[in-house]
Order: sequence, then structure tokens, then C-alpha cells
Amino acid sequence: MGNPLDRTCDRRGALARSAACSLAVAAGVAGLPRPAAAATLAPGFDARSLDELRAALGLGVPAVSDQVTLSGPDVAENGAAVELSLATTLPDATRLLLVVERNPAVLSALFELSPAVVPAFVVRVKMAESSRVWALATTADGRVHAASREVRVTLGGCAA
Amino acid sequence: MRVLMAHEMESGQRRDGDGRPIPAWHIHEVVATLNGRPVLTIRFGPSVSKNPFLRFELNGAQPGDRVGIAWVDNRGDSRSAETVVA
Repeated sequence: MGNPLDRTCDRRGALARSAACSLAVAAGVAGLPRPAAAATLAPGFDARSLDELRAALGLGVPAVSDQVTLSGPDVAENGAAVELSLATTLPDATRLLLVVERNPAVLSALFELSPAVVPAFVVRVKMAESSRVWALATTADGRVHAASREVRVTLGGCAA
Repeated sequence: MRVLMAHEMESGQRRDGDGRPIPAWHIHEVVATLNGRPVLTIRFGPSVSKNPFLRFELNGAQPGDRVGIAWVDNRGDSRSAETVVA
């Protein structure tokens, strides 16, 4: 056993060449200050259900909206890397959350939106088992807008 | 932008050969900067896949703009890199 990537990746950050960007790398160790927001979001990342997540982050009941989109496979062969795309067209959206209902910790990723970035993201997540997946968009008025889909997983991605 | 970060992303759910839990070790925050200014903060839970992949699009980035990515994991380790928009 042993990860073949260990030797090459152990001490180097890796930034893949983007289709639109030429690479001029200045790699270094950045000591990022942890904003206060990180501490308040921590309970959200421990939440084991959508209800717990809503309670932890003070979110209202999500309402399905066609201004939030979530796309991904109907069936994922490999639960260790399920590629999901989430986006919103809501003009005043503040955050996008990716939630996998049947994962031990349901909140996979949280995107803090800004005008400088298109509110559309692709990310790969682990899914323990077949599950409903949610994209939640929060808006400045405190409302939660949602899209969801079922993703079937043939080989679960959380256990070795 | 396509980003690939080298990281084990141990969820904390797995056990080793002796049945002991493998501690969670994963990136928990990613910050993208445009010409040094933070434009995107992403928080990862333990279930983001190993060697996290991200795809997103910047609004109005111009050739010559510097785009940076920095991540911090739950052990406090961090890495960053920059690229220039072609």
C-alpha cells in the first residue's frame, strides 16, 4: 500500500494548467489568516443531516428554485470522486452550498460568492452511498433556494 | 480556471488495518485571488475528493492578470500558487 502520489506531491502545491492560462508559478507557503467566519461555519461542517445543517447555520427551509442548478451523473461508478456542477442565476446570492444527504457529514463544500467570480462551480466529492444531493443558494434576504438530484453510487467512496 | 490541489483529503471516516480510525486531514479553505485581491473563498468539508479538483470562471479577468490559489488544511498547513492569464 502507499500512495504513489506521496513522493511527488508531498511538499509541493500543484496548480494545474488551465485551458486559458499560461503557467507562471510562484509557489510558497502562505500563512492565511483564518477569518472569523470559519469558526462560525465549523458546526455546519459537522452536521449529519440537512436539518442539523440548517440549525447549525441558521438557514431557513429551502425552496426549490429554477434559479439554482445542480448537475451530475445519474449513476456514479466511483463514489470516491463524483463530479458535480452547481450554479445559480440569482443576482443577490451570497453563498452556494453542496450537500450530500447520506454522507456522514452532509456539507461537502461551501462557496462564498463575489461579483468577481461567475457563480458556477465544478467540484468532485466523495459519496458514501446513493443519495439525494442538494445545491443550496442563500440570498441576502436570508432565504434558501434549492435544486436537488438523486445520484446512485455503485461503489461507495468513504471507506477504504 | 481549472485547479488541481495535491492533498490526501482524509475524511476521518476510514479505518486502518487494525481498525483504528484514520484522523481527518483535509483542506478546509481555498482562497482565489485576482491580482492579489481575494475574489473567492471556498470551504471544504471532509467529503471533497482526494486531490481536489475545482473549476470556476472569473468575471472580466484580462490577459496579464495574476490569479492565485491558496489552500489551508485542518492541520494548519498551507500552499499557494499563482498563474498569469494568457
